Amino acid sequence: MNPSSTSASLFSSNPIVLCLAFVSGFIIMAVELLGGRILAPYFGSSIYVWGSIITVFMLSLSIGYLIGGRLSLQQPSLLRYGVFFAAAAVLLLPLVLWSNAIMEALFVAIEDPRYGSLVVSLLLFFLPTAVMGMIAPYSVRLLVVDSNRSGHIAGTLYFTSTLGSALGTLATSFYLVLWFEVNQILLTMALILALAAALAIGTGLRLARKTG
Amino acid sequence: MFRSLFAFALASLSLGLLAPAAQAQSGVLRTVHQERSLYRNILVTEDDERRCMRFTITDLNGQNQSCRFYDDHDKLVFPYAKMVLASLMVQERPTRILIVGLGGGTLVHTYSTLFPEANITIAEIDEAVVGVAKQFFDYQETPLIHSETVDARVFVKRQGLRGAQYDLVILDAFNGEYIPEHLMTAEFLEEVKKLLPETGMVVANTFSTSRLYSAESNTYRQVFGEIFNVRMEGTGNRIIIASQQPLPDRATLESRVSALQARVARFDMDMSEFPALLNKNADWDLRERVLTDQYAPANLLNN
Repeated sequence: MNPSSTSASLFSSNPIVLCLAFVSGFIIMAVELLGGRILAPYFGSSIYVWGSIITVFMLSLSIGYLIGGRLSLQQPSLLRYGVFFAAAAVLLLPLVLWSNAIMEALFVAIEDPRYGSLVVSLLLFFLPTAVMGMIAPYSVRLLVVDSNRSGHIAGTLYFTSTLGSALGTLATSFYLVLWFEVNQILLTMALILALAAALAIGTGLRLARKTG
Repeated sequence: MFRSLFAFALASLSLGLLAPAAQAQSGVLRTVHQERSLYRNILVTEDDERRCMRFTITDLNGQNQSCRFYDDHDKLVFPYAKMVLASLMVQERPTRILIVGLGGGTLVHTYSTLFPEANITIAEIDEAVVGVAKQFFDYQETPLIHSETVDARVFVKRQGLRGAQYDLVILDAFNGEYIPEHLMTAEFLEEVKKLLPETGMVVANTFSTSRLYSAESNTYRQVFGEIFNVRMEGTGNRIIIASQQPLPDRATLESRVSALQARVARFDMDMSEFPALLNKNADWDLRERVLTDQYAPANLLNN
């Protein structure tokens, strides 16, 4: 494997990485908004419920960034990148399967809806959001071939994933909740993440075959 | 002339708003108190005849939450309160009452006057509303009347776990610009139903227009079976009455009017108007989806 072929093949996968970063940005915000819906029957929809959800999302993303950045140091590849998406898809499933049971138990255990909603948010959203947070720095690593251009590439990546977040917020709050049930939306998101994983892993395997 | 202009202004207001329709105002409107709470702006306004609580600064005519006349605190300003009282024809003597949404405390005043022995609990999410009701509308806590600053969904669920029972639950939390969507779902109504004894009744002050009218009607029907739908001209509100018992027929309602009239006359109410308005028939779109915790776009449906 020579350096020029590596950079050429990575370059060809750039649109895919950007597209997948867009998808993860979209889904992070869609899940965050649905979080309000999921918690409302148990904790209401007061400002502190949103406070809990946003706190947990910010916290999970920040930790995800840290871990994703670390992981990008060791043999970054589209294969591993795809595993993040697969993991995120699986980690969304407890929201559909067990959220009511978890909230039922915590509603009884914790009387104060502020701490009840905070603990529930941690249990439900921490893992999937942290994993989706890992995607951003890892994407930067996959895209950067020339350190001089790293700022430019990071900018393009943030642009893409944050645009995804903006559209995920808009689509969910304006339309998706009007057309579909919460669980239908969540399952669709998990399915999209699984397809994203397949795309990344498939592309990764093809590149490996070409260059290897 | 002024009245007809005003009626026109009212008619042209967004019909989706649930605020009680204001009646003709007299004199200059003064704002005597204004504060911003966690949830809304609260204004107290006065004109020559009455004092009102409202939750928004714009749209000064349509958004009164609660009003009362200076000269007669019993006299009900808005049709919706009278429509709620019409439910006395269905259930005559509630002794444990839960009211969701305090506002200016009109319903608390009315029910505590009618039933001085009744235990009245109010779930009001906004502490500031309770403060304003105390300061400007003579709302008072007593050994029998107390309010909890709590989201009604949380309160109802907890009371259900504790096995609390209420003969009458009045849902009066749906006003104006934002509807608490988690208080409109079938699951919430099931939780409310758990609080009702065999003779219990729910009375909800809600919406009479938009797709939400149909969605909500279908939701109540799914949970309670038959409902009375009470609509009146000149108001954007409608009242739903649902009971654990079979609803009485027209003749039974009529037979209860005269005894009740003596008790509600002081509220400037004519009970004989209402048997004809308690309607079991569906005049809405039966195909509109039932609202659930999974599907609760009440605000979007109300656009």
